[in-house]
Amino acid sequence: MRTDLRRVRRALLHLVLAVMAALYLSPLVYMLSTSFKTREMAGSTTPQWIPDPATTDAYREILGSADSPIMTWFANSLIAATGHAALVLATAAPAAYALARLRFRFRNTIFTVIVATLFVPPVVLLIPNFLIVNELAWVDSLPAVIVPAAAGAFGVFFLRQFFLTLPGELEEAAELDGCNRWQIFTSIALPLARPALVTLFLLSFLTNWNDFLWPIYVLLSPEALTLPAGLGNFQGANNIRYDLLMAGAVIASLPVIVLYLVAQRWVIEGISRSGLKG
Amino acid sequence: MSLLTRTEGPVRRAVPAPSVGRMRWWTPYAFLAPYLALFAVFMVVPIGFGFWTSLHEWDINLPAKPFVGLGNYADLFDPGSVDGSRFWTAMRATGIFTVASVPILIVLPLAVALLMNGRFRGRNVYRAVYFAPYVLGVAVVGFVWRYLLDGNIGLVNHYLGLDVQWTTDVPPVWIALVGVTVWWTLGLNAVIFLAGLQDIPRELHEAAMVDGASAWHRFTAVTLPGLRPVTVFVVNATILASANMFGQSYLITAGAPADQTKTAIYLIAETGLRQFDMGTASAMSFVLAAFLMLASALVFGAFRDRRTP
Repeated sequence: MRTDLRRVRRALLHLVLAVMAALYLSPLVYMLSTSFKTREMAGSTTPQWIPDPATTDAYREILGSADSPIMTWFANSLIAATGHAALVLATAAPAAYALARLRFRFRNTIFTVIVATLFVPPVVLLIPNFLIVNELAWVDSLPAVIVPAAAGAFGVFFLRQFFLTLPGELEEAAELDGCNRWQIFTSIALPLARPALVTLFLLSFLTNWNDFLWPIYVLLSPEALTLPAGLGNFQGANNIRYDLLMAGAVIASLPVIVLYLVAQRWVIEGISRSGLKG
Repeated sequence: MSLLTRTEGPVRRAVPAPSVGRMRWWTPYAFLAPYLALFAVFMVVPIGFGFWTSLHEWDINLPAKPFVGLGNYADLFDPGSVDGSRFWTAMRATGIFTVASVPILIVLPLAVALLMNGRFRGRNVYRAVYFAPYVLGVAVVGFVWRYLLDGNIGLVNHYLGLDVQWTTDVPPVWIALVGVTVWWTLGLNAVIFLAGLQDIPRELHEAAMVDGASAWHRFTAVTLPGLRPVTVFVVNATILASANMFGQSYLITAGAPADQTKTAIYLIAETGLRQFDMGTASAMSFVLAAFLMLASALVFGAFRDRRTP
């Protein structure tokens, strides 16, 4: 009796979760499907889940269109997201290491100030950062979407939590062997921190790839845009061309979906744990 | 663990820690320098500079930037002024969206996390599916739902048998914007809750079971208190995210109808970065920030542990 009841409950649980999962994925399936439709079918009032006939016209049209250089946007996004994630690691890792493992006079003060900015609503940075980026002559160029966001405290905070958990013995042994601090950092702490570094790289990459508000205002000319920003403008111009919009959306989703399929666990574990240890 | 890694207390005196002595005084600062340079230029300076801007009539294209004191703020609090009325319409939009979306974005993800908080086959697959929309970013999400919510050819109307203009009529626009946001970020909150649930020691549940506590009683006496730190974090982060809603409105409704869904951050960006009225936009951003910090303070106050004196 009891096991029967448990089996029924388990089956019910799976049913609920599976139905929800199907509903959850259906918009994405429909996006993919529509990207292979003709212009007429994409604008039809009867839903069609499997395009018949399937065509790559939409992809050909947006890839060939001169006013929406989608491959340039794609390259821009790739450079920006990679550059941003690399910059975050390069600056946050040594800073987090110093704050976690070295003892010095202003350590607590510096850490407190950095953490305090986690509570500053980012909206107050929008206008002044635009003015600063403008002073640096970065408006309409990739440094504007690579550099400023790397000042965020999250990376330092996240990596410091990790460095704090490292056992001290290895560092002491290295010190006895005559290593200096930089050597200890690069040859001992960094390799041990690889999981945290990979997670932070992925999170920074995804955040930057998907960033929308900042790039649409700080990047202006068509060839400087990132993919989300470019598609954002593109929508205004092609309001009714859902076949083109969906093809663009598929292209914009591809890298993150691939990244997600490969590194899903790292992404989810990283995000779900990042907020908890504060 | 080694005693040497403990920095506080008398132990440190008794065993001189080798990691202090062998480093030049400036070594830690050298480690910190690259980050602190970025931090200063794009975080510390902008906070002060933004406030300074808000005290001026500041147009990026005009050489004269006259000091107006708190004039921009006074303008915003004068309901008769153009900026004031636009601003409070936008604040109202932000408020409506936040109040409507946050409770759903707490309760539903918690329910999903509870459903998945067990060991069964396929759990990680479900988790990955519910989380997937979040990695896509708001641009893709906006396009897809702009299509599905289209009043004439959208799937939503088709399958619900309705004839609703989801992107231009109030209140359907709010249902649409909240619904899309729930679809987009439910998985994010759910995985955070799930991680929190897994941190609750199993023994607590077992002890409650031995005491004969019902499932509901275990939920209120063990699960909810155990989740409190996570809940504070999720509630706070969700309020901030909802109050900064931009892309959904920009892409799906474009602020329609008549700026009723143009959120505060949307108006700030348009005012400062399209019309280049940066003084007014900065003042708006500080007023919005004050509201956000007040909301955070209320959340922390509401969830304070009342059992500790």
